[in-house]
Amino acid sequence: MVPTSHYLFLSLALFTIGVIGVVTRRNVIIILMSIELILNAVNINLVAFAHLWKQVSGQVFAIFIITDAAAEAAVGLGIIIAFFRNRETVLADEMDLLKW
Amino acid sequence: MLDLIFFYLFAALAVVSAVLVVTRRNAVHSAIFLITALLATAGIFLQLQAEFVFIVQIILYVGGIMVLFVFVIMLVNLDVALRQLQFNRGWLVGLVLAVALGAQLAYALFLGRTVQLTGAAGELKAENTEQVGQVLFQNYVLPFEIASILLLVAMIGAVVMAKKRL
Repeated sequence: MVPTSHYLFLSLALFTIGVIGVVTRRNVIIILMSIELILNAVNINLVAFAHLWKQVSGQVFAIFIITDAAAEAAVGLGIIIAFFRNRETVLADEMDLLKW
Repeated sequence: MLDLIFFYLFAALAVVSAVLVVTRRNAVHSAIFLITALLATAGIFLQLQAEFVFIVQIILYVGGIMVLFVFVIMLVNLDVALRQLQFNRGWLVGLVLAVALGAQLAYALFLGRTVQLTGAAGELKAENTEQVGQVLFQNYVLPFEIASILLLVAMIGAVVMAKKRL
């Protein structure tokens, strides 16, 4: 029997690594992958608490989050393709059309 | 004891591959390590008696979303980006802030480690898929429909975004 706090700390570690990836990387594709890591960390939390309380609702919410991740990845990668076609770059700090 | 060993195995695999996702230069390598991290997480789900989430994780995440990622990496010419700086100018500030956030959350978890969590305990049946299906279609019908509309919107959005001429 693994204590629930172990799962929470694992989730925390993955979340922090994901946040580090989002704020430090320049490549937009890797930023999107880091967001997937963050969503995954949240899923671990939900399933761990579902296991703790023996309730299946947490697992249902994890499925909803996976659905959201799929939608987010599809739209995000579509934006990347459209942007790459126009500006020939995938670097986040060169996407500055709204800056002057 | 055995489940603790398996937990640490999967957790170490997930954390190491997550670090490699964030630090690799080549986006294809990052995608491969992300697949490893997601599979390790799937193992954690299996350990938590969430068989349906486990299989959805493998089919949808590893099989669907990651194929999409690799597809886009192949579509987008990354050779130029490969030779440029991989971290942005303010990366040190971002790193410090992110680690500070993580430390705060870890401290909060550390304070709460002795709290005995009690609540209305239900029952996890051995027929996990059946139970998830019943809860999904009895208690969460409206969120389910909203999720399907979200997927429809995302599908249309992705097609419109990737069109040659907007």
